[in-house]
Amino acid sequence: MPERRAVVASKVGLHARPAALFAKAAAEQTVTVTIAVTGVEGTQDRGPVDASSILGLMTLGAKHGDEVVLAAEGEGAESALETLAELVAQDLDA
Amino acid sequence: MKELRGIGVASGRTVGPVAAMPPPVGEPAEDGELSEGSDREAAVVLLDSSSSTVGAELSARAQTARQAGRDDAAEVLEATAMMALDATLLGDAKARIGQGSRPERAVWDAAQHVAEQLSSLGGYMAERVRDVQDVRDRLVAALTGRPAPGIPVRDQPYVLVARDLAPADTATLDPSKVAALVTEQGGPTSHTAILARALGLPAVVAVAGATDLADGTWVLVDGAQGTVVIDPTAEQRSTAGAKVQGQTSLQAVGATSDGHRVRLYANVGDPSGVEAAVAAGAEGVGLFRTEFCFLDRAEAPSVDEQVMAYERVFAAFSGRRVVVRTLDAGADKPLPFVTADGEPNPALGVRGLRTATGSPQVLGDQLTAIARAAAGSGAEVWVMAPMVATAEEARAFTDQAHEAGLPTAGVMVEIPSAALTADLVLAACDFASIGTNDLAQYTMAADRQLGALAALNDPWQPALLQLIAMTAEAGARTGRPVGVCGEAAADPLLACVLVGLGVTSLSMTPRALPAVGAALAELSQARCVQLSKAAVSSESPIVARESVASILNETP
Repeated sequence: MPERRAVVASKVGLHARPAALFAKAAAEQTVTVTIAVTGVEGTQDRGPVDASSILGLMTLGAKHGDEVVLAAEGEGAESALETLAELVAQDLDA
Repeated sequence: MKELRGIGVASGRTVGPVAAMPPPVGEPAEDGELSEGSDREAAVVLLDSSSSTVGAELSARAQTARQAGRDDAAEVLEATAMMALDATLLGDAKARIGQGSRPERAVWDAAQHVAEQLSSLGGYMAERVRDVQDVRDRLVAALTGRPAPGIPVRDQPYVLVARDLAPADTATLDPSKVAALVTEQGGPTSHTAILARALGLPAVVAVAGATDLADGTWVLVDGAQGTVVIDPTAEQRSTAGAKVQGQTSLQAVGATSDGHRVRLYANVGDPSGVEAAVAAGAEGVGLFRTEFCFLDRAEAPSVDEQVMAYERVFAAFSGRRVVVRTLDAGADKPLPFVTADGEPNPALGVRGLRTATGSPQVLGDQLTAIARAAAGSGAEVWVMAPMVATAEEARAFTDQAHEAGLPTAGVMVEIPSAALTADLVLAACDFASIGTNDLAQYTMAADRQLGALAALNDPWQPALLQLIAMTAEAGARTGRPVGVCGEAAADPLLACVLVGLGVTSLSMTPRALPAVGAALAELSQARCVQLSKAAVSSESPIVARESVASILNETP
């Protein structure tokens, strides 16, 4: 399954406003995208959760600087991952 | 034309459509398993349509808030709208329906599961638990054909009709949207009546048959006569005045109905907050926080810079008292030049006055700056230290402040040890001010930033009230003023309880001043003492609120 890694740039993490913006963008994609927190030192891997679910994102608890893995399958998966990875790497609360 | 009669408790004559306070949404019963097949399919369809309805309703409210320029409120509403349509929540609920759960029970359990996960993450996430529960209650109400819970939301001002209003309901009441209050229960001294008068809302209580009024019915409420006229004639409507606006400033100096003086002060966070404090008629500033001078800086500000910032506040309160709190850094307010990184428990770490040990110059400079700004300002400037644990610390700070030329120096009581040894602490300084937010957190061993522990940090916790009582009693014995400057002082009913405990001043956010002043002016000192005794001896904050409310209701 195609995957992309990205580091959370939002200062507050993928919470609050950034989570809402990110979930909205994920819902606009033609494919279902999942997001997981992996390989963060000192924390257990979490997810994957549905990237379009604000509650899923909130329970994922991805913090500023955490690395997340986005995954999707099917037609349009690559461009969806591209778009969402870019969003993760932006400070959405700025 | 029909008329209902009750007891008028807050005068004013106003007309508006009825909006009934819906009963709270309870936990749905676990019984009644759905049979396989069509029942379960229908439940899923019902769930989807309810979720769309609730989501659309919240989105519409978000849009209204956005248009009104309330961007923060709009963002919260948009996020809750997304939660109502959330794939994870609905997916889990549908799975539960697939196992035979009724849709309302399935949503309840699915939301509970999310809430538990958020609680375990702590911090900001735990605070969102309330949002999830709000969405849950809305979905359950929609699924069971009931009105959405909470104070009704309407575009136009309305007459709020309820069986009775709980203190938690009145807290979220928006006086710009509620034209009048009508309740079936309650009496002239009930908390509803006191709050209605404080907010300037016409109110009639003990109105038999009030809850039978249909939503949208136009009524004329006369809070002086105690009448509710149903479908008033045009002529009657014309007699209704515009809603009496709630007072926006203190009407008199703080005192109980029998003249026991309680100073009512404003909390000020930075010099720009001074206008609001003056406009609200504050008798002075009970807590002038000085962190604004120090935040977002790599190095401490110079004495001159501080003098200029403090002078602005002192000038606005010339002839009145301003209590300045010295720098309260650490914990949630780290500062590179005084606090250390990587403390395992910052709330229990080097914060407040404790930072003066490692950075004595910062405190020394600040006291110099305060004394210099105070000289010639005309304001009566007092100074106090945050996070004082012992009488020894209190004495050291007081001596240093006196030497710097500040004649009145005191301490914040926010650590239980300071309350427990209040006689000694007060003997070592000139006054005390109780910071109820931190005192609650340290008394209950409950991080105040953790939403999951919010109930433990309730300012009505009897343990907290007991420590306040101990401190106030020590103040009376030693002849030292003891004030309260936390959230607790801004709750009109709790403010009366605090006065009953012996607190001599209350300092709060400026906009709370008119309501607190009005509530206090209704009760005698003996009455406040009676309320405080009931509150302190209650088993829980809920019982404390209820016993205070029932004393007010039952014995005039």
